[in-house]
Amino acid sequence: MQWGSASEFFAMGGYGLYVWTSFVATALCMVWEVLALWRRRAAARAEQRAALLGGTDETTA
Amino acid sequence: MNGSSIWEAVSGIVRRDLLLAMRRRSDAAMSVFFLVIVASLFPLGVGPEPAVLRTIGPGVLWVAALLACLLSLNRVFTADYLDGVLEQMVLIPQPLPVLVVGKVLAHWVISGLPVVLLSPLLGLQFGLSGESLGVLVSSLLLGTPTLSMIGAIGAALVLGVRGSGLLVALLVLPLYVPVLIFGAGAVTSSMAGIGGEANLSLLGACLVLSLFLAPWATAAALRIALE
Amino acid sequence: MSINWLKYSSPQAFYPLAGRLIPWFAVVAVALMVVGLYTGFFVAPTDFQQGEAYRIIFVHVPAAWMSMFLYVVMAMWAGIGLGLKARLSFMMAQAIAPTGAMFTFLALLTGAMWGKPTWGAWWVWDARLTSELILLFQYAGVMLLRTSIDDVRRADRASAVFALVGVVNVPIIYFSVQWWNTLHQGASVSMATGSKMAATMLIAMLIMTVAFWLYSIAVILARVRCIMVERESLPVWEEKPAVIQEAVEAR
Repeated sequence: MQWGSASEFFAMGGYGLYVWTSFVATALCMVWEVLALWRRRAAARAEQRAALLGGTDETTA
Repeated sequence: MNGSSIWEAVSGIVRRDLLLAMRRRSDAAMSVFFLVIVASLFPLGVGPEPAVLRTIGPGVLWVAALLACLLSLNRVFTADYLDGVLEQMVLIPQPLPVLVVGKVLAHWVISGLPVVLLSPLLGLQFGLSGESLGVLVSSLLLGTPTLSMIGAIGAALVLGVRGSGLLVALLVLPLYVPVLIFGAGAVTSSMAGIGGEANLSLLGACLVLSLFLAPWATAAALRIALE
Repeated sequence: MSINWLKYSSPQAFYPLAGRLIPWFAVVAVALMVVGLYTGFFVAPTDFQQGEAYRIIFVHVPAAWMSMFLYVVMAMWAGIGLGLKARLSFMMAQAIAPTGAMFTFLALLTGAMWGKPTWGAWWVWDARLTSELILLFQYAGVMLLRTSIDDVRRADRASAVFALVGVVNVPIIYFSVQWWNTLHQGASVSMATGSKMAATMLIAMLIMTVAFWLYSIAVILARVRCIMVERESLPVWEEKPAVIQEAVEAR
């Protein structure tokens, strides 16, 4: 371990803003992408189910 | 278009397009007016100081020429697409890429060549002189046909699509960047005393590359658009 | 035992295969990210020249590599789709674009975050960052072309042509911007790390790259499954039998 304390870790030698913005932004983007895909899949399945049960020939948007 | 040879087909297309343009001179005039207006906006925005204008001149003139070419792209194929001539062109036996070269070069004569011819006057406005004016004209002479050839790919991809004006700009501008760099770079080098030959050769290479590769992509895009 | 790979070229066969693969890629990706981040923050030493700011490379470089790599893969699928006229190939290309664009955006953002403390400027016009920016525009073009064209088949093929044209453009851009930099003698900075990297730094960076790669595969497979369902290329056999039974009886 090279960090004396937790506050040293978060400060990152004075560059904390830059380092943590980068990592947090990356994490947020990935989480957002996964969530968006989850929503997309649910919506697609719901629409497919509706078309199937509705019995009409709906074209998906 | 009953020419049995490629040359007859291409020259037929070129003649037809030039003839149509003659009857509607506004197309050529529009490119020229746009160039003048955009080039005039920069001094108005930046200030009239000669040293500054001389520095930004090559870049501004090149960007203005590039934008003029971009705006003219919707005229390459649209008229023929709308009245069915394009479908005929795809069906004739001569290879489509060669026909595309003819069509785009005719378009360049109408929209691009006037820009090249007017550029020295605008160069004077920015304080360019002597050799650098010559390099400016040479760079535009080599560059604007390249821009037309590359732009035709974008024009063909968005044929008939709504909102295509902005879309074609987004597609084509990344492809224009190397030509802009070499073109403006030629003039800047000449003004700095290094000479514009290196950049001009690179421009020439871009032109040759675009003459050989772009028509294939354009032809593919046309076929996709017409199905 | 020889696997008949060709049978997976149909959406019907690929859909369940992709579904089985996703969890594996996801789990290994997360595990590798944990290992990579640990190595990067707790094992790799402080850089002599750049201090702690250099640690941004543990996301910047993987993101940049993925953005380029994914574009090439997308163009490859586009080419295969155009050549073989295979629906699945176009769907793969469609699935790759958003993830590639995301990594490009992250590469630019983290590049700015790295540039400010290291070189003093949020943005430098060096070949790598400028190429990254152009790449973002090209991703945007591929995606916008698809959403602007209503006919799915035409959208597939038009964005495929543009993706291929873009692949040719990126190296040309890179060279021309490097040329431009030498011409103007201004930005003599480059985003490459000046000093030699310690082995642990390199290892952490490579682990993160592989982690990003596996993450991408998982996400792209999930997206292509969504695309298959949306396009109705995939019949509803995936539904539970009870639902299908109900629908059949309702008719």
